[in-house]
Amino acid sequence: MTLIVSSILILAVIGLLVGLMLVFVSETFHVEVDEREAAVRECLPGNNCGGCGYAGCDAVAAAIVKGEAPVNACPVGGAPVADKISEIMGISADSTEKMVAFVKCAGTCDVMKVKCNYFGIESCEAAGSLPGKGVRACQQGCLGYGSCVKACQFDAIHVVNGVAVVDRSKCVACGSCVKACPQNLIELVPDRSTYAVRCSSTEKGKTVKALCDVGCLGCGLCVRQCEQGAITLKDNVAHIDYNKCIGCGKCAEKCPAKIIRLR
Amino acid sequence: MPKLTFRGGVRLKGYKELSANVPIVFHQAKGELVFPLNQHVGKPAIPIVKRGEAVLAGQIIAKADGFESANIITSGSGKVKAIESRMTSAGVMAPCIVIDNDGQYNLAPGVGEPCDYTKLTNEEIVAKVQAAGVVGLGGAATPTHIKLCPEQPEEIDHLIANGAECEPYITCDDRLMQEQPGWIVSGLKVLMQMFPAADAVIAIQDDKPAAIAAMQKAIEGERKMSVMVLKTKYPQGSERNLVHAVTRRKMTSDDTPANLGCIVNNVTTLAAIYHAVCLNEPLMEKGFTVTGDAVAEPHNFLVKIGTSCSEILEAAGGLKAEPKKVLIGGPMMGMAITDLDIPIAKSYNALVCMTHDPVEDCEIKETACIRCGRCVRACPVGLVPQMMAQAATAKEYERYVKLHGLDCIGCGCCAYICPAKRPLTQMFKQTKPIVLDLQRQGKL
Repeated sequence: MTLIVSSILILAVIGLLVGLMLVFVSETFHVEVDEREAAVRECLPGNNCGGCGYAGCDAVAAAIVKGEAPVNACPVGGAPVADKISEIMGISADSTEKMVAFVKCAGTCDVMKVKCNYFGIESCEAAGSLPGKGVRACQQGCLGYGSCVKACQFDAIHVVNGVAVVDRSKCVACGSCVKACPQNLIELVPDRSTYAVRCSSTEKGKTVKALCDVGCLGCGLCVRQCEQGAITLKDNVAHIDYNKCIGCGKCAEKCPAKIIRLR
Repeated sequence: MPKLTFRGGVRLKGYKELSANVPIVFHQAKGELVFPLNQHVGKPAIPIVKRGEAVLAGQIIAKADGFESANIITSGSGKVKAIESRMTSAGVMAPCIVIDNDGQYNLAPGVGEPCDYTKLTNEEIVAKVQAAGVVGLGGAATPTHIKLCPEQPEEIDHLIANGAECEPYITCDDRLMQEQPGWIVSGLKVLMQMFPAADAVIAIQDDKPAAIAAMQKAIEGERKMSVMVLKTKYPQGSERNLVHAVTRRKMTSDDTPANLGCIVNNVTTLAAIYHAVCLNEPLMEKGFTVTGDAVAEPHNFLVKIGTSCSEILEAAGGLKAEPKKVLIGGPMMGMAITDLDIPIAKSYNALVCMTHDPVEDCEIKETACIRCGRCVRACPVGLVPQMMAQAATAKEYERYVKLHGLDCIGCGCCAYICPAKRPLTQMFKQTKPIVLDLQRQGKL
């Protein structure tokens, strides 16, 4: 009996002493924290995805408070978070448009010619660094080994039938996939966009046609069709300028390869 | 005397019987000849001919860009059809000079005129080798004149002729040693004149008894020349292992064979040196094996550089079965190709067509590393592939450098021996250029 009582007493005393020590330490070694930093950190999503270019949400919060990063530095949070942070910081945020990732390739397994087999490391960097670049005929298209899928923390990109496809409802435009893609196929486009060019091949039309059924031939029909002058042709691929695009869809209608589309 | 060898490596089934007993056939290309401008280590050559210009066999068509580059010589006569991007080995487009071959093989003036090498100075010999566009023909494709200009020529005490030919399937060096030992010995004599203090050693693996006998006969009565028999083990033919086997000198990562007193040349390269110096014949032909169980009649050829692989395959009777895998080079270090219409470059030594793909057929799929250490035992360089793989997968490039990952020669022993079937060599081959790139940018 005495054993139980004494052990409880000893533990209680130790607990009390340690508690007092902790109080003392936290009082004497107190570090001044900018209240705003904690407040900004509160607003951020807390995924630590690194999409902003900083090491995590804590790092970007500190940078925002120091004035090194803009209040809309978090691409994941988008406009609502930027508004909250700008309130805390007392500066007005530039209006941010919600962006989403977009894969500029439509060469799925059934439309792209296959030239060989590949048995090796299942990653786009590994397959892409080999001469010949992956199993498909087009060397500039999606390799389909899912490096972007591994990079995405929001389950927003998947390889469907050999090509990466973005789920716009889940995408937060953190840009991890953009950095992960060794073929540089992914770009951020405004969420409102309804038409986009699903090809990146800089080869000439004849070569593209031989390799893939859904490649941009660089014919320039869309450029002539667009009344807003939003489409330009660079290196045999059409590019849409979303500041000018009104989403009329005339380009998509005329495209002979039918590649100006989202899906 | 115990057979010479090195630490590590793997024993492989040779498959050399397919073509080992077929004498070398001289093949004169009928179709167009294609010469990629980057057939060697170093800067690509600069074309000095124009479209439509007539060229003669043995004429320089692209000049070396600086010392660390090599001339490119047309192996046939005809007109320059185009200078354009063509498919080269394993699906890379590269600028090439295309010669419309007239089939006459008219020689350029001066080609084939005998020359007494004993009257030449060292500089003149190097200049001749350089002009002839000779590169390491064993596969490395380092311009040979660089090897012949060591920083301390008086330190060179071993001239090693590399007749190991340790890659499975390939037999062209074996046949060359049997049929033309004189070329190799003459090539060595030229080098011995340049480096009088050196002994010449012809190193041959013991799976080639006929070649050993032929070379021993050829050097009978020669002083300072010997044939050394090596144990059959892969990769016996890599420079580092060969220097160790012959001289017992250990090469560290900072060493070159030259500062250990050795100059290592492949036997085919020595034959090319002999042709360049003694016969004024630039590098136009080379030994080439066409083999594999999908080939109708496996052959050893003396082939014109620039010939297309499909033409040389036709010359070997074509395919008797649908190939699952076609390789340029041997199965360990060779590259799988997807298109047969690629030209034979200086450093290619075999076309292997296999009816089955051993990697595809392997029933064991990749699993986690169990740290058994077999890769460590197999690595001929003395690296720890298992830890290098960790660093490579985690993209810890600094650690990769600390583990001497850059010394990896890509021989494939670790991936071959790995019971978990991990693609180790591929990881290293992928990581090496990334690390080198970072170092060049000063970020590592």
